[in-house]
Amino acid sequence: MNIATIFEIVLAAVVLGLGIWTIAVRETYSATVGFVAYGLLVALIWVRLDAVDVALTEAAIGGGLGGVLLLGAAARLRDAEPTVAEAPGIVTRLSAAALSALTAAALAGAIVFLPDPAPTLAPTVVSHASATSLANPVTNVLMAFRAMDTMLEKVVLLLAIIGVWSLAPDNAWGGHPGPRHQADPDGILVFLARLLPPVGIVVAIYIFWTGADHPGGAFQGGAILASMWVLAIMAGLTDTPPVGRRWLRFVLVAGPGLFLLVGLGGLWVGAAFLAYPPALAKPLILGIEVAMILTIAATLGLLLAGAPERGVK
Amino acid sequence: MSLARDMMTIAAVSAGVFFFLAGTAGLLRFPDTLTRLHALTKADNLGLGLVVLGLLPQAGSLRGGLKLVSIWLLVLLAGATVSQLIARTARQGETAR
Repeated sequence: MNIATIFEIVLAAVVLGLGIWTIAVRETYSATVGFVAYGLLVALIWVRLDAVDVALTEAAIGGGLGGVLLLGAAARLRDAEPTVAEAPGIVTRLSAAALSALTAAALAGAIVFLPDPAPTLAPTVVSHASATSLANPVTNVLMAFRAMDTMLEKVVLLLAIIGVWSLAPDNAWGGHPGPRHQADPDGILVFLARLLPPVGIVVAIYIFWTGADHPGGAFQGGAILASMWVLAIMAGLTDTPPVGRRWLRFVLVAGPGLFLLVGLGGLWVGAAFLAYPPALAKPLILGIEVAMILTIAATLGLLLAGAPERGVK
Repeated sequence: MSLARDMMTIAAVSAGVFFFLAGTAGLLRFPDTLTRLHALTKADNLGLGLVVLGLLPQAGSLRGGLKLVSIWLLVLLAGATVSQLIARTARQGETAR
């Protein structure tokens, strides 16, 4: 047994332990902290499996943005927790346990009875890599071979933001999401919010650009852009834009909208919906990705900001 | 030459691991928030700094080395900011009590 195997066994054991702890612990806040640590360690597992694209996404979404969303929810629930503390009845507990056990058994069965070797399309993807002149097979799958899934994923993001906004009270509709943050203008948070975004924006654009040939892409880059924006909002350096603004709505639909247009264009001039003309594949994919990184950054930032709370003055 | 590089790596990374161990022990054993923060920042700043210093001879290229150093600098920045924010909140909680 070499040192890498020992490391992997310890990593897997810690992730399992954290998973159990996240479920078992009573306070919502502690469960959230456990979940964030769990997400970061799962990202390490993806790195060990050579799935760096997935690791980046897991760290950004599972550990970062998801953690912030859950922390916000935990903070809101803290006041409500004592009132809902009465224990659920024995029937509820038993049926919840049975459902969970059934789901776990079904998942375990699916994993244990996987055919060996597992069915894979990886060789097909690699042999068709020249079709798009992109060297990263993951980007090829996301943007060309299974572009439909990626487009619908962006539509889901759009639906999520509509869902959050629909929680707005009537008098705040069209207004600014979330509270107006105030921080000490000479304080450390404002200092960080001035120092970090230039670095973060460069890293985000680099990760986006390198996604053509190396792990990275619009989603990971967009998540970093969103976090820089949220940092500036939390330090009070800028306010969230009113959700009624036309330009904001335009940015939110730019990614899926352009994707849809290019897809319909493929139906018009090419073979099928979302079929790129081979000569134009790279510029078309790049154009869609530029629109998508803006949409993703805006959507993730606004998801964190929450429902509109304040009307426009 | 390669032996000297490996020796430096082993020495610096071991020293870094020691600071992480000491920081973790302090985080678990120290009595209040401010002293626990003190222990944690030692692990973050010195521990990671020494690990990065130890990995530098193995980086292979100037680019890789610069990436390692910038990771350390970013962690320093984030760690310093977060511990300031936690400490400030802890102090406000104390004076409010």
